[in-house]
Amino acid sequence: MVQRPDPTFHASPKLASEAPPEKFAYTLLLSGDFSKPDALAIVDVDPASAQYGKIVHTVTMPNKGDEFHHFGWNACSSALSPLSGHAFIERRYLIIPGLRSSRLYIIDTKPHPTQAKIHKIIEPEEIFHKTGYSRPHTVHCGPDGIYVSTLGGAGPDGTDGPPGIFILDCETFDVLGRWEIDRGPQLLHYDFWWNLPRDYMVSSEWGLPPQFENGIVPEDLLANKYGHHIHFWNLRARRNVQTIDLGANHQMALEVRPAHDPAREYGFLGVVVDTTNLEGSIWTWWREGSEFRIEKTATIPAEPADPELLPPLLKGFGAVPPLVTDIDLSLDDKFLYVACWGTGELRQYDVTEPRKPKLVGSVHAGGIARRTPRPDGTPWAGGPQMLEISRDGKRVYVTNSLYSTWDDQFYPEGVPGALAIVNVNPAGGIAFDKTFHVEVPEGYRTHQVRLEGGDCSTDSFCYSSA
Amino acid sequence: MSDGWNIGLWLAIIVSGVYHGVNPGMGWPLAVAAGLMERRQSALLAALGPLAAGHFLAMTVILLPFGMLTALQYWSHEIRLVAALIVIGVGVFLFAYRRHPRVLARIPPSQIGLWSFAIAIAHGAGLMLVPMYLGLCTTKPSSMLDHDAAMSVVTNNLGLAVLVSAAHALAMIGAGGVAAWLTYRYFGLQVLSKAWINLDALWAGSLIAVGVVAVAGSL
Repeated sequence: MVQRPDPTFHASPKLASEAPPEKFAYTLLLSGDFSKPDALAIVDVDPASAQYGKIVHTVTMPNKGDEFHHFGWNACSSALSPLSGHAFIERRYLIIPGLRSSRLYIIDTKPHPTQAKIHKIIEPEEIFHKTGYSRPHTVHCGPDGIYVSTLGGAGPDGTDGPPGIFILDCETFDVLGRWEIDRGPQLLHYDFWWNLPRDYMVSSEWGLPPQFENGIVPEDLLANKYGHHIHFWNLRARRNVQTIDLGANHQMALEVRPAHDPAREYGFLGVVVDTTNLEGSIWTWWREGSEFRIEKTATIPAEPADPELLPPLLKGFGAVPPLVTDIDLSLDDKFLYVACWGTGELRQYDVTEPRKPKLVGSVHAGGIARRTPRPDGTPWAGGPQMLEISRDGKRVYVTNSLYSTWDDQFYPEGVPGALAIVNVNPAGGIAFDKTFHVEVPEGYRTHQVRLEGGDCSTDSFCYSSA
Repeated sequence: MSDGWNIGLWLAIIVSGVYHGVNPGMGWPLAVAAGLMERRQSALLAALGPLAAGHFLAMTVILLPFGMLTALQYWSHEIRLVAALIVIGVGVFLFAYRRHPRVLARIPPSQIGLWSFAIAIAHGAGLMLVPMYLGLCTTKPSSMLDHDAAMSVVTNNLGLAVLVSAAHALAMIGAGGVAAWLTYRYFGLQVLSKAWINLDALWAGSLIAVGVVAVAGSL
């Protein structure tokens, strides 16, 4: 038991952004054809280091076919919650869910990132047995435990009952059980996040395992059968308080990014594709009294393309959908970054006025038809996908793989792993860092990135920066 | 009992109030959070009210049953001994089991008073006062009080329980309020992560110490 709060815990987003910059990035490596075990790569991202841009340590898992997706910390700044006063745990363990295997790995990152190792493995049977859920997906450190969202319910194909969130003890890593007490109309799941002092949670929807595990199901997409709802919850009461239908054509409402400053009661949501015109969209939600509202605040149109350049899935459309697969909000709540995995674009929006996002920066890498190489001329397959912003807001870490079977459908020529840094102009504007180039081991794809000392897409704060 | 002994006990009640107050675990960071969320000092001050009320109620709820027991004059020695052992027991338990009860994290931030009440009970803050309170319950060494006399002892001691709770809660919220206000106005939120010392062990130790002193006093 430590005697002082972990120095990486910060009371407010502003204090977190003023903390020392990260020196190591934790990156998920996955074997797209499941021939090798997935792994965690630790990359040196300290520009002053001789190892800058090198993988300095790898933790390889003992199993194959886990399909790593989103991972997170056992504890974060939310531990400074004035309600739980549980400030004496460490940000030490990374919780990595195997989306395909339903297995959870607990990785110990102490005493040093280059000595990271497996601390505990939670086998799928334990999760099935204790929660009735499967396909663990997103991990958030909460003040009273680790919350893990799942995409599947019970049964072999994960369709016996709805998916939801389960809670893991942040010290023993025991699976404690389901979080929901009353889920209301929620039947699909994807991402979730919260405003801790205001006591609400927001969750989103992708699809059930048969709709994603073997690739996107075009018939389901065209029949608008993927998720298109956003759910609002009373966090302490664990009850659904409101569900809003975005309209059935808004298929796959994925990442939810609430403002980091808990005094600000709004947030953003990315929608992958509109089946009427293939555009992607950004939505802004906010609270008025006890009611939540949401509206579409930015759209990204599909780009016409020569069918010769398109995979079979898209040939008939003669266009490339942007496919908004990830969004991320800087700690000062100023810039929203949007990954357009289909068109190979990373967009930077100024969201100072949350309901009027202003496009202020853009870079291209890859893309189904564009196939833009990096500035140094090396190829970039796939498009910008998972994003992680440095706490100081000066760098955006970008990977390129979405999900094994979907990668293969949209990018049949393969998606060799890439990790890049995009530098941010504080006044707006972004550009690839030409000095940073990671050699990802052959056969591996890259997914999410976590940063030493905390992240813009995991830490939550209990005090306003005011 | 001498006046000096009584003054010492009252002082202990006030000092433990100050100790509870400055402990971040007893809630002053909630007042800071309220002030920052609404960007005004009055929100900070408003949060101190329910924090004090919850703490006062927790003290009273623990002390009142002992106030009732004081009618059992014949057993007063044993009551004190058992109370002291309970305090030691809770201290030992808290020392061995450092996990925070999950139920506390389930209380919504809007219910500060309830939270303050629950946390004071869970931490044994009310129990810590019991030996001091029992020390103040002056008893005439008689085992054969008549009914009216017994009633008057109970009434007096119930009143005393409320007085002890109030004095303690006042000292607690005074100290906590100053800590909250200084953090809000001058020190900034860095204090929370830099100066927040883990008091769990010290807290458990305090309970044990209070119990041991009480046992020694009643032997």
